[in-house]
Amino acid sequence: MPENTHGHPEPSYLEYQGKHKGLKAWIFSTDHKRIGLLYLYTILTFFGIGLLIGLLMKLELIAPGQTIMGPDTYNRFFTLHGVIMIFVVVIPGLPAVFGNFVMPIQIGAPDVAFPRLNLLSWWIYILGILLVLSSLLTGGGAPDTGWTFYAPYSFETGTNMLPAVLGAFTLGFSSILTGLNFIVTIHRMRAPGMSWFKMPLFPWALYGTGWIQLLATPVVGITLLMIVAERTLGIGFFDPDLGGDPILYQHLFWIYSHPAVYIMILPAMGAISEILPAFARKTIFGYRAIVISTLMIAFVGYFVWGHHMFTSGMSGTALYTFSLLTFIVAIPSAIKVFNWISTLHKASINVQTPFYWAISFIFVFMVGGLTGLILGSLATDVHVHDTAFVVGHFHYIVFGGTGFAFLGAMHYWFPKIYGRMYNARRANLGWLIFFIGFNALYSPMFYLGVAGMARRYYDYLPEFHSGNIISSIGAYVMATGLVIIVVNLILGARRGEKAEANPWGGKTLEWSVPSPPPLENFEKIPVVTREPYDYSA
Amino acid sequence: MSEHHNEHTHITPFKTHLLILGALIVLTIVTVAITWTNLGVWNTTAAMVIAGLKGTLVLFYFMHLKFDQKIYRVMVLLVLAVFAAVLILTFFDYLNR
Repeated sequence: MPENTHGHPEPSYLEYQGKHKGLKAWIFSTDHKRIGLLYLYTILTFFGIGLLIGLLMKLELIAPGQTIMGPDTYNRFFTLHGVIMIFVVVIPGLPAVFGNFVMPIQIGAPDVAFPRLNLLSWWIYILGILLVLSSLLTGGGAPDTGWTFYAPYSFETGTNMLPAVLGAFTLGFSSILTGLNFIVTIHRMRAPGMSWFKMPLFPWALYGTGWIQLLATPVVGITLLMIVAERTLGIGFFDPDLGGDPILYQHLFWIYSHPAVYIMILPAMGAISEILPAFARKTIFGYRAIVISTLMIAFVGYFVWGHHMFTSGMSGTALYTFSLLTFIVAIPSAIKVFNWISTLHKASINVQTPFYWAISFIFVFMVGGLTGLILGSLATDVHVHDTAFVVGHFHYIVFGGTGFAFLGAMHYWFPKIYGRMYNARRANLGWLIFFIGFNALYSPMFYLGVAGMARRYYDYLPEFHSGNIISSIGAYVMATGLVIIVVNLILGARRGEKAEANPWGGKTLEWSVPSPPPLENFEKIPVVTREPYDYSA
Repeated sequence: MSEHHNEHTHITPFKTHLLILGALIVLTIVTVAITWTNLGVWNTTAAMVIAGLKGTLVLFYFMHLKFDQKIYRVMVLLVLAVFAAVLILTFFDYLNR
């Protein structure tokens, strides 16, 4: 444990007593680690709510016809599920939780560049959530447009759109501020000797993500305000009767929301790039290739939004241009997968829970990525557009990708965060049940989609029954796995064995400080001389 | 810090700030005035050019881009290039329908 100038061991960030006590010591803390945990608890709470809504929808779909809810409730449920899971859970997800907690330590900094702005981001995030939730209790009730708020329905529906849209707008500000903070932190606060190419891959991923948050989020902010203007003033941006164009809404929405997919997946890839070398106990294969592919994904990701609109009525030129660009973005993603696999080649692998999450991430990410190519091809997309196939693909990428990486990162950095270990056997059992349930839940959707089952309906034709039964049962199996995982982590945080500073033998800087770290992380800012994954010593 | 430079603070004279403010007000008036004449398809272009000019003045003087290191100008240019590419791609749809 590092000692302060008086020779006493410095208290960890969990024990540190600032000017506030109790809850206030958390919600007014500007310590990046505490803010990371504030996000973690908020995100987990809303993930639980989103999951519950999802489970209820799967129960509705266990048999054809109305089972537990009618079409109106179902429409509101899938909208809420989407809004909560996308805007409240996966977009902040890894950057807000692990980016905040780990990144400053990984680059050898005492905190982020703007600690107060960091706290403000969390408060704005909470304000955004309250606004979204207020739509449930006021006016015409929760919106029923789907999380995409497509025009013209979004300005015609009688449900309570404005609070939900303004909530998403506010959440965007939180995301922009976090991105800005991380970009400045990474530019200005790296430890002496940590050149760009000596920086670990998780901060690199957050750097790419920061630029997307900073540049793409304002577009959706303006688009959401246009919905507000459309509903309240009837301007006609998206109304053909008034000279507007509904497809313009889709362009504007996806100009943000496609790069947003990379806000979700890049940090996930970054976390996997940290976990794999630690458990393969060798340096990552192709460090520079991974860095370049991260930047390429962040850059090319801006130009592929049109693949969400292949059947909307865009021009032919736009169709094949966006299809080509979509195929190009698959290249850097594949480079990463090949590098991860090559890292494992001839490695003496230390098989532990985070490693299980990392390799299962590669599996589900590949299923999601390859089915994405079917959607990126013009001819096949026409067949499966707006079917269960899209739902399957999307969840394999967003839940499979981000979710698996999030849980992997949780199990990897858990000893650093809480200074305690979880029960590895229970963690592995939870992972196995979760993995089986996840695949049972989402893989039948590919078959159902190809067979023609449309998405976003509370009902379906009898021939789709068997696929839906497997999917619904899978949902509950997956939820069981998740309960085991969460209970195990809570027990671990409360009364697990004390963790060492470096239980996995990691080489990045966060493993050089005590678990849990002291308030400003380092007794003395380290001087970096080695590569980030130098396992030769 | 790996990128620590010897930075000096540039103080812009008060007069320059006032001049830029004046220019921004004049350009705003021009934006409004230009709507009185019908330029056909060039209406939007004229408005965008004036807005671009105002944005540049704000960036260079109020946001100190003129007095900062070159790298920041390059970064802003890159951002504008991405924005331009996004616009061009959108018009791949609109101009070919």
